[in-house]
Amino acid sequence: MHCVKVLLAFVVCLGTTRGLYFHISETEVKCFIEEVPAETMIVGKYKTQLFEEGRQMWLPSSPGIGMHVEVKNPFGKVMLSRHYSAEGRFTFTSHDSGEHTICIGTNTTRWFGGNKLRVHLDIQIGEQAVNYPEVAAREKLGELQLRIRQLLDQIEQITKEQVYQRQREERFRLVSDSTNARVLWWSLGQTIILILMGIWQMRHLKSFFEAKKLV
Amino acid sequence: MKMRRGGRPSLLNLALLVTCWVVGQSRATEMEIELKDNAVQCFYEQIEKGQRCFLEYQVTRGGNFDVDVALFGPGDRVIYQKQRKQYDSVDFTTTESGEHYFCFSNEFSSFTHKVVYFDFATGSEPPITDEIGKTHKAFTQFEVSVMKIHEALTLVRDYQTHHRLRESKGRDTAEYLNERVQYWSLGESILLVVVGLCQVFVLRRFFANKRSQI
Repeated sequence: MHCVKVLLAFVVCLGTTRGLYFHISETEVKCFIEEVPAETMIVGKYKTQLFEEGRQMWLPSSPGIGMHVEVKNPFGKVMLSRHYSAEGRFTFTSHDSGEHTICIGTNTTRWFGGNKLRVHLDIQIGEQAVNYPEVAAREKLGELQLRIRQLLDQIEQITKEQVYQRQREERFRLVSDSTNARVLWWSLGQTIILILMGIWQMRHLKSFFEAKKLV
Repeated sequence: MKMRRGGRPSLLNLALLVTCWVVGQSRATEMEIELKDNAVQCFYEQIEKGQRCFLEYQVTRGGNFDVDVALFGPGDRVIYQKQRKQYDSVDFTTTESGEHYFCFSNEFSSFTHKVVYFDFATGSEPPITDEIGKTHKAFTQFEVSVMKIHEALTLVRDYQTHHRLRESKGRDTAEYLNERVQYWSLGESILLVVVGLCQVFVLRRFFANKRSQI
């Protein structure tokens, strides 16, 4: 019976599932980080299913649920903050290189508790986000031209990643240089403080003993 | 969509690629998740029997850069389970259809957050358009070259990602070191001055009002 249920659920979901899914409660917000170079397009598709307690099953589609998607850029600034229906698609292009945070949650007004939700999520980055059949139809490209276009998109993405890599390596180098300089100057400074403290201590004690007429 | 074949594509690989283009559903998801202390996060996917799947993960930030990972098949059958791993990749073929899931656990850590990168791919790459998938014809030399280049470029992207993750870990440690050097040096200098002053004043107190005994 369980096998049949699983198989049935699988068949029902076959037309509508997209990749990975995870479970959240109504009040929870799940965040994902994507580290991407600048000027990269990111397309996210999601679908939410509600778990019905009465029938102990996942409803194939739950149009009543509203989802809130928030995207933050590497500096913490909100790039995209929109409400969508239970099934939706969001797109954004990164302006800066770095870690972008994509947070998905429901727009419920409750503070805790709530129903269990299953969210199917599919995030595609860069050249993987391009819909090639659409491009072929729109620009009337032949098969070979389309393949060459795909190669060009891939190379463009590789170039962007290399530029980002150069920026990261520069940052790494600056940090290492800064550590080097800090270690040098602090060591020097501490040695000077040590010597000065020693001199001050001796002079202070000498004058103290002289005042007390012990020396 | 990623292809999971290392090394240079051989003729056999290409033949496999062509046949896989006619059949096969493919998915690939890569992302980073943040695991708070004592958190567990699971991801599920419905996969058919006989699909070649690939899971790769690496801990990019936090503590000892380790995480507990478990990969289950339908009926909670364990396919892969490791404790406190920093990075690994699992290449497996599904033996039954159903819900497969994998979980990352940070339950052993009481106060460090971890950021885990993972890449989960199922099946092989789908054809670029539906028409190509349906027609079955011989490919010209040119087309074969183009396909080879495509596979090589996908490999390049993979290498770039691996390089980025390794470098990210190194950079994180360097930034942390930089910060620590600053704060500890400052603290040590202040301590130096305070201890010096304390020594002198305690010594003075020994000699005060005990002049007669010295």
